[in-house]
Amino acid sequence: MSKPALLDYAARWWMRLFLAMFFLLLYAPIVILIIFSFNDSKRNIVWRGATGKYYAKAWANDSLIEAFINSLTIAVANMIVGTLLGVITAILLWRFRFPAKKAVEGVLALPIVIPEICMGVAMLVFFNKWWPNNLVWPLNLVNIIIAHVTFTFPFVAVIVRGQLAGLNREFELAAMDLGASEWRAMIDVLLPQIKPSIIAGALIAFTLSLEDFVITYFTAGPDSITLPVKINSMVRFSVTPEVNAASTILIIITIVAVWLAMRIQKEKTNG
Amino acid sequence: METDNWRRNKRVFFAVSVPQLTWLLIFFIIPLAAVFIISFSEKRGIIGHELVWDWKNYIRAIEPIYLSIFAKTLLTSTAVTVICLLVGYPVALAISFAPRWLKLALLFAVTVPFWINGLIRTYALIAVFRTRGILNFTLEWFWSIGASVLAWFGIEVGSYQDLQFLYTNVAATAGIVYVFIPFMILPLYAVMERFDKSYLEAALDLGAGHWRTFFTVLLPLTTPGIISGCIIVFVPSLGVFFIADLLGGTDSLLIGNVIERQFLGANNWPFGAALSFLLMYLTFAALILYSIVNKKSKKIGGVDV
Repeated sequence: MSKPALLDYAARWWMRLFLAMFFLLLYAPIVILIIFSFNDSKRNIVWRGATGKYYAKAWANDSLIEAFINSLTIAVANMIVGTLLGVITAILLWRFRFPAKKAVEGVLALPIVIPEICMGVAMLVFFNKWWPNNLVWPLNLVNIIIAHVTFTFPFVAVIVRGQLAGLNREFELAAMDLGASEWRAMIDVLLPQIKPSIIAGALIAFTLSLEDFVITYFTAGPDSITLPVKINSMVRFSVTPEVNAASTILIIITIVAVWLAMRIQKEKTNG
Repeated sequence: METDNWRRNKRVFFAVSVPQLTWLLIFFIIPLAAVFIISFSEKRGIIGHELVWDWKNYIRAIEPIYLSIFAKTLLTSTAVTVICLLVGYPVALAISFAPRWLKLALLFAVTVPFWINGLIRTYALIAVFRTRGILNFTLEWFWSIGASVLAWFGIEVGSYQDLQFLYTNVAATAGIVYVFIPFMILPLYAVMERFDKSYLEAALDLGAGHWRTFFTVLLPLTTPGIISGCIIVFVPSLGVFFIADLLGGTDSLLIGNVIERQFLGANNWPFGAALSFLLMYLTFAALILYSIVNKKSKKIGGVDV
């Protein structure tokens, strides 16, 4: 048996065992949750054969579907507004120097830094005091969208700024020398160069919104429930495979969005 | 890159600064200011409150019962951070030493749970921890193997008794670790990836043992990652409420649970507001400590990693 190279910690059996155990523990609960969404038993403790009936049941559950539609609507609206605000924030911090820049950067980081629950109660207070309730769909979702944009756009700004940092302004300046206006130069020259990070940022904003529970929990009204909030109330009511089915769908959407975001970011670094 | 002075192009400057700063002012600063003001109010009637500008809510927050919850929250978050570090450090190290193809796959495998809804991951743990859950099944399996081996030697042991995990502090702490561990691994990995492994080779070549190399070379040089990872786990874990709610017992209350109940159950906004500001100050204290320690560790390290 050959001894592993001096530094090849990854090749040592105990390191491999540790790593395998870690990933087993990390994934086992999620995999079991997904498997039991197909379990043909009301109480999901013992396996009683495969069935898709809990997906059918979830599909027929109007309040669940409504929550799902709400979640997607909010996530898409949040993605559009959050990406817009995030991109201009990145451009602002990349391109300009201005008084109190450090302080502005600090304030922009606050929504990421403060505990989610503090942000949640701030939203609860704000929308209770100064926001009309009893609005019709989709206007009743606007407060959740606003809350989501507030904590997602700083994330988009961080991602876009990462790509801007490695960018040279000479193309943009050349375009302006050749007669393009500031706007044309920004839209036709600057934005295409940072397109990968904008798309990745948008997907991250989409995911953050889709899977947020804490802030939405404090912002959602009785008729503006999102999927995580709905899952929360289902979990408290009873633990059935229907909850697992709803969770599985949310997990799959999240993984696809994150995978896409990572692929696009990787293309950015390779290209 | 050379930055523009904002005066040189005011139109563009305002276009890329006014929208989001206005947004942040209206939908973030004002709500927080409102919570701040409410924390100096007094509860009136069922849901009302009136501004009285006194410290009553803060004084109530340092009563022994709430002080002990604050202490418990700090203790839990510290325990969670330490466990995450002890588990996450070897994992990050192993990933950074893995061959390239495996590295990307493992990194993605760490990242995925990071994105999956924390509530769902907590819910998934219920099936693990409950009386007839995966953990008890696994322990029973090991027990039965052990029992049959012992029976072979003629020693009788009784049948396996299910242990209570769900609704205990252990389950709550394990749940928080489970949800936050990816936050620890990613910053650790980021530092280890940039770390020049020839330092390790040099130390080993010059006769230092593996342990000595670890404590005198690897650990000091990866300290920035350790500090970042700890702060990224510690700060958000201070505010968790649904994990302790779903997995913990009646004595697993954390400060987040109390805040949630003041706002959504007891309808005592002023007290809840005071508690959330105290939680925020605690967060800021942790962040200030972080920046001080971070500066120091960079000075001591001397080597740019």
